[in-house]
Amino acid sequence: MGALDELTRPATDDDHVGGVPARLVASPASTAEAAALIADAGDVTVVVRGAGTKIHWGPPPDRLDLIIDTTRLNGVVEHAAGDLITVIRAGTPLADLSLGDQQLVLEGPTGATVGGTVATNTSGPLRLHYGTVRDLLIGITVVRPDGKVARSGGKVVKNVAGYDLGKLFTGSYGTLGLITECAFRLHPLAVSRLYVRTTAPASAVAAVLGAQVVPSALEIDSASGELAVLLEGTATGVRERASVVEKLIGGEISEEAPAWWGVAPWSADGIGMKLSVPKSRVPALTESGFPVRGSAGTGVLYAAPRDITEVERLRALCVTAGGHAVVLTAPPPIRDILDMWGPVPGLVLMRRIKEQFDPGRRFAPGRFVGGI
Amino acid sequence: MTDLDALARRLRAELGPDQVITDRQELRTYECDGLAHYRVVPAIVALPHTAAQTAAVVKACVEARVPFVARGSGTGLSGGALPHADGVLIVTAQMRRILGVAPEDERAVVEPGVINLQVTRAATPHGYYYAPDPSSQQICSIGGNVAENSGGAHCLKYGFTTNHVTGLQFVAPDGNLVRIGGRAEDPPGYDLLGAFVGSEGTLGIATEVTVRLTRLPESVRTLLAAFPGVDQAGAATSAIIAAGVVPAAIEMMDALAIEAAEAAVACGYPAGAGAVLIVELDGPAAEVAAQFDQVTALCEQSGAFEIRIAADDAERALFWKGRKSAFAAVGRISPDYIVQDGVIPRTALPQVLRKIDDLAAENGVRVANVFHAGDGNLHPLVLFDDGVPGEAERAEATSGAIIDLCIEYGGSITGEHGVGADKAKYMPRMFGDDDLDTMQLLRCAFDPDGLANPGKIFPTPRLCGERPGRHRAADAFPDAEVF
Ligand SMILES: Cc1cc2nc3c(=O)[nH]c(=O)nc-3n(C[C@H](O)[C@H](O)[C@H](O)COP(=O)(O)OP(=O)(O)OC[C@H]3O[C@@H](n4cnc5c(N)ncnc54)[C@H](O)[C@@H]3O)c2cc1C
Repeated sequence: MGALDELTRPATDDDHVGGVPARLVASPASTAEAAALIADAGDVTVVVRGAGTKIHWGPPPDRLDLIIDTTRLNGVVEHAAGDLITVIRAGTPLADLSLGDQQLVLEGPTGATVGGTVATNTSGPLRLHYGTVRDLLIGITVVRPDGKVARSGGKVVKNVAGYDLGKLFTGSYGTLGLITECAFRLHPLAVSRLYVRTTAPASAVAAVLGAQVVPSALEIDSASGELAVLLEGTATGVRERASVVEKLIGGEISEEAPAWWGVAPWSADGIGMKLSVPKSRVPALTESGFPVRGSAGTGVLYAAPRDITEVERLRALCVTAGGHAVVLTAPPPIRDILDMWGPVPGLVLMRRIKEQFDPGRRFAPGRFVGGI
Repeated sequence: MTDLDALARRLRAELGPDQVITDRQELRTYECDGLAHYRVVPAIVALPHTAAQTAAVVKACVEARVPFVARGSGTGLSGGALPHADGVLIVTAQMRRILGVAPEDERAVVEPGVINLQVTRAATPHGYYYAPDPSSQQICSIGGNVAENSGGAHCLKYGFTTNHVTGLQFVAPDGNLVRIGGRAEDPPGYDLLGAFVGSEGTLGIATEVTVRLTRLPESVRTLLAAFPGVDQAGAATSAIIAAGVVPAAIEMMDALAIEAAEAAVACGYPAGAGAVLIVELDGPAAEVAAQFDQVTALCEQSGAFEIRIAADDAERALFWKGRKSAFAAVGRISPDYIVQDGVIPRTALPQVLRKIDDLAAENGVRVANVFHAGDGNLHPLVLFDDGVPGEAERAEATSGAIIDLCIEYGGSITGEHGVGADKAKYMPRMFGDDDLDTMQLLRCAFDPDGLANPGKIFPTPRLCGERPGRHRAADAFPDAEVF
């Protein structure tokens, strides 16, 4: 009996991806077990699933046999506090991490796993100061579609030996292979944090960026007209900086974030879009009449358009501003007729990358840009 | 007429006669980069003025099946821009326009030949700067920085080139111009930007780079702390990090490095220091003030016998002068030296430095240590005299053994200088066959014919499309003269 038979169980009704049912489910407990499984999986089509918080993102796969569930690839392998790094198995929920007075600045939906966060490249308000997955991931272990195990990067933050495959797998939606372990750089937890909350117009964003207050986050919610700035640091430093911001854009200093902070603006069965524009174009986007919410300080915002016409109008706004817009999630009838990814520069090279890593198109076929 | 003659003719026709060099004497100018002991005279040097001309050169190379190597300022320290004897060296020095500075988007758009420091100079009037600051920033090009994913002293806090590039136009190895990213973040699809930055010229030639600009800090404070030895300086570094402080930079020099710097630039560091630390904090004034006191106290507690605090920019510059001139300065105390670049986990610093001492003693050479202590990036300078028979070999052995130490302690064979021609042989010590094979899948996607900077990074090229077929390039640079 091969690893495929040993490690899989029949799928249940819940084991589908965007309505495409799987036949089998496997939950390998180690990189070696995952490698044996995949090596034995021959021409079986695979979708990787973490906690399933974003499994409905992206188009459904063209076909599906096996779901590889990462939830048993669980736990912190190493936390070297003095070196500000950690190595974590892909199926570990972000919420389960306890890193003392240090933090791994990954943000995703409640319940999200480390691997799922890397594979979909989610981010939140803190991206302004700490960057996103690509800035924090320093090493990765993956199982290729042919079952070979490969590592790149390492456990030190500064490292330029070889290609940075971690970046390639970040945001790859499971189309290049299975991520089993990730190494990240950590940051010290701030001693003190304060928010400045105001109803200033989006043009105030430039004033905050232009001040030398180094905000950790600068979020906007156009529906409520609110702008909120997060400051982190020493107790005295944060108080002083908060009052500088308050003088600059008005509002009040608060220990609490607004209710909408870091919350996706779409409902469970709605359309969810990620928009990205140059920073100077954020005011225009917020005044476009579509409610948008997100990181005004980086130009990455989210919207919940009601129909395809609104998707297209939002996308056109972003593209003419020099940015882009992707639909993260949409209900099935809309998803089936929608171009979720929009225009993708560099697609020819992306197809060639897929062809090299997964010539049989066995990993999440059809889930990614350009039908990859 | 050989194929190369025909190619030179074609390039002259497309670029203009002044932009193509084939004269042997003139070609010699380009025979090496900053790692001068590898030398290869290229067959042809091309100096394109535009992205379109760069693409035309690459296209011509592809059609003639001639390898090409990109070169920026040629300051690389791993032989990345080492030419190919039967290839074209594409020099970006003529592409040095700053195409735009957009403080409102916190971006600048520049051509690849633009010098690193010029980006900061162009941004400063707007209150911004370009954060990655290699010590070579007065001479190295942004294109070279992109290729090497260069770092600098302030990368401890601000990250490396890869964290500061948001858009690229490049000529892919098939000769096509590709544009990815721009002023907006998170372009859709695979992270081609992330793949390209740090690929050492093996995935194509950057022709336009969009970089992040960082707001100038409100306050910068710098201290110089003198310790009896590297153990105490290492302990201070660990204590600062453990306290949750993220300085802009923590740099260390040991006694021998200080001696060299004093001889070269008379930086006037405290007498009798076995090690000095330069710690710089920047950011909002209120934060810097609070943390600076904390850092000063931690240095004292770890055994600093003298702490100087820069009173003004001039004194800060003097602190840095010793550090930044350290590589060249060892020339004052040794006729020859090897600059090594390796990384260890910061907490292993004291043990590794002791082992480096032992290695030096065993091999009868001296090692001066200058490094980015905050992120464990060592730059041991192995001193030797080529005039003494056997010394060069012993120095080389010491330098190689230091790399093994870095790997043994879970670090890396290079933190910023890149693999290039020099360290390809060490790659199998850090990565397994499958790891290297997987990296080369990416190379195959970009460059199936292996024409873009062949022989760099990977000791064993992968034959694209054939699995698992490989061939050995036992001697990647049979034509290289080694000095
Ligand atoms: C005194 C001194 C101090 C240094 N200090 C540091 C330091 O602190 N930190 C650090 O990281 N490095 C340092 N370096 C190394 C070097 O300066 C950097 O690697 C730098 O980025 C190289 O830039 P360059 O323009 O000289 O590139 P080159 O040496 O010309 O080329 C380097 C590599 O980049 C490729 N390349 C060049 N241009 C392009 C392009 N447009 N597109 C694609 N590939 C291209 C080349 O093929 C080659 O592989 C130092 C070097 C010296 C001599």
